[in-house]
Amino acid sequence: MSPTEVAPVLGVSGLSKSFGDHEVLRSIDLTVDRGKVLVLIGPSGSGKTTVLRSLNGLEQPDGGTVTVGGDFVLDFSGKVGAKQLAALRDRSAMVFQHYNLFPHKTVLENVTEGPLVVQRRPRAEVEAEALALLDRVGLADKRGAYPFELSGGQQQRVGIVRALALRPQLLLFDEPTSSLDPELVGDVLTVMKELADDGWTMVVVTHELTFARQVADEVLFLDGGVIVERGAPQQLFTAPREERTKQFLNRLLFPF
Amino acid sequence: MDWDLFWTSLGPIALGGLTGTIPLALSSFAVGLVIALFVALARISGIKILSALARFYISVIRGTPLLVQLFVIFYGLPSIGIVLDPWPSAIIAFSLNVGGYAAEVIRAAILSVPQGQWEAGYMVGMSRSVSLRRIILPQAARVSVPPLSNTFISLVKDTSLASLILVTELFREAQQVAAFSQQFMLLFLEAALVYWVICLVLSTVQSRVEKRLDRYVAH
Repeated sequence: MSPTEVAPVLGVSGLSKSFGDHEVLRSIDLTVDRGKVLVLIGPSGSGKTTVLRSLNGLEQPDGGTVTVGGDFVLDFSGKVGAKQLAALRDRSAMVFQHYNLFPHKTVLENVTEGPLVVQRRPRAEVEAEALALLDRVGLADKRGAYPFELSGGQQQRVGIVRALALRPQLLLFDEPTSSLDPELVGDVLTVMKELADDGWTMVVVTHELTFARQVADEVLFLDGGVIVERGAPQQLFTAPREERTKQFLNRLLFPF
Repeated sequence: MDWDLFWTSLGPIALGGLTGTIPLALSSFAVGLVIALFVALARISGIKILSALARFYISVIRGTPLLVQLFVIFYGLPSIGIVLDPWPSAIIAFSLNVGGYAAEVIRAAILSVPQGQWEAGYMVGMSRSVSLRRIILPQAARVSVPPLSNTFISLVKDTSLASLILVTELFREAQQVAAFSQQFMLLFLEAALVYWVICLVLSTVQSRVEKRLDRYVAH
């Protein structure tokens, strides 16, 4: 590799998984360069969420490798140990569809739990950073609130801050706005767009085509466990090459 | 109704409650909960032999009468050379009993915490045991307050069985006064009344604790 070449933050090669006879993933390959945003779209059961969850070790594929930050390779074809999973999770952080905030902890505690308990960083530094992040998403005044006291949009912004506070190299979003009331979706997407502008490397599973069009550097369309089509959002959304991509986009744009 | 006898016997009966029933129930419950936690974890460990042992233990405890368990320990064990005093016998029997019943409560409470909570724990970098300790068990504890309160209230009443292995507690005090005075109806109703008052107090405490904890449970 020449010094000018930037190593991809994420490389996925030959990722496969099956449940019995049913193949969920068939040899998925992808790379994401530093500071780029990859959006995965596809019908339910297409494997897009399985790919994403594999990148945080929440799903264990039967084979294939995941490379994060150029230096860390996780080979799923062998036995994956707790140490390797911890190393993967040290590099990638996930924002969940259902937020999955810790209901017995305050907003601030939700954010500082990982940095304090797992990363064992000094409390003063962790809390200052957490408050700054909460302030960025407009939730500094909610630091002492419990998740049940927040709206869905607020909870999801805490979810994003919780992921950021872990200082990952890679941010993963699993349908982050799918559980939200429509009027709350914008707040979360705005935060995500700002993160992309700040140069975070992101992989996003979403049905928000407007977001994908504006923010994605590349879009992958998955169906039946394979990448059917990939391209820049402009190309893929306006001039899809594959018939299945066209059908899927049509169903999203014209549901009935 | 012999009110004089009622009032003079209330002292020893209440004292039996304070120095017998309540400490016996509290200590057995505390030890029983520790047993129950380990049995519940064994049940859900995914390790076949551990989970089978746990299931066997729960099955034996729930499938045999508490009085028989108590008698096996106090009157049975001496024939194989293990002689225990009434108090340790009672605490062992009641702890093992609570352990069996509460294990299922705790197991159900752990399983009631959504899978997403485990995943969020893993996501922030926690191991399975740290997730269990910091994320899952605090939430499971809240869920298990009502059923465990029931277990405790049952235990308070079940400690009356300890009178049959000579532990000086509330009901044994009542039996002794009744034997002297021959006023069985009065003394046993009086004992019932004192148990009832203890349980009313416990129910009040339970509903207060529930109200305070309910706020933080994932809805």
